[in-house]
Amino acid sequence: MTMSSTPKKSLEITTPSDEEIRITRSFDAPRMMVWDAYTRPELVKRWLGAMPGWSWAVCEMDVRKGGKYRWVWRGPEGVELGLGGVYREVVPGERLVSTERYDQQWYEGDAVGTVEFSEAKGRTTLVTTLRYASKDVRDAVLQSPATSGMESGYALLDELLASTAAA
Amino acid sequence: MSPKYKDGSGLTRCPPVDNLQVMQPSGYGNLPDARLDATFAALADPTRRAILARLASGEASVRELTEPFAMTQAAVSKHLKVLERAGLISWARDAQRRPRRLEAAPLAEANEWLERYRQFWEDSYVRLDALLAEMKQATTKRPRGGSRTTTKRKGK
Repeated sequence: MTMSSTPKKSLEITTPSDEEIRITRSFDAPRMMVWDAYTRPELVKRWLGAMPGWSWAVCEMDVRKGGKYRWVWRGPEGVELGLGGVYREVVPGERLVSTERYDQQWYEGDAVGTVEFSEAKGRTTLVTTLRYASKDVRDAVLQSPATSGMESGYALLDELLASTAAA
Repeated sequence: MSPKYKDGSGLTRCPPVDNLQVMQPSGYGNLPDARLDATFAALADPTRRAILARLASGEASVRELTEPFAMTQAAVSKHLKVLERAGLISWARDAQRRPRRLEAAPLAEANEWLERYRQFWEDSYVRLDALLAEMKQATTKRPRGGSRTTTKRKGK
């Protein structure tokens, strides 16, 4: 149960508005390279969804305005997990806006994801903003009790687990 | 009570959450959801987290647990009930002090669950780091016709 992640690589999660969740992370590469890694299926398959025991079943991406994408992972015992959507805005190296809906959607409405790419000193920062249908949905996604205490909950859990021999 | 997990900017830092959608529907669906809900709800309160942190260093009576807080013993007892219902603490009914003690199993389970949410993007992005490093290397090392490399031989 390690929590070791170097600061510069750590994810930052914020809630910029009532309906949104924002994830920020920077990468040591120019933005066109990050864009490629984000939009070319053969590259996307190399990094997205690194769940142990899961593998890619479908990775189709037609990255242009109005184009569709579909991602399906296959997990233990043949369980499949799929999602897909439509690209609404495609500005290479800058901005990728798409809708997303899970096959087994457990919240209302499509979410809209916006990924913004910006580069400084050879590093690219990705800002992914997910906008949900309402605050209620956003909060459901965030699982509000966990959100309100997640970070400190984590720190505490780590501490507790470290100090408690039993398990 | 101002939560400690907010930094000065008012931003809440927490593990990645959008992968929650990825993980939730079926992949790990055999986890005991109701108990996890109770665990997370119990952990959502700063006082209860403080109580757990105190119990992590050893069992304590209700009176001892009340001391650090500007609260009545009754208020602390309410928090203890929530923690008990979530199975996070237990107490010895026969002892006079009836000290509360930490139960590790539900915490371990909750931690594992949260860890998976966070781990999804964390792992994905670490892989992306590796892929980008590889792509960079491929770009800089691409051989060009007639390029004079500066590789020096050892000796002469």
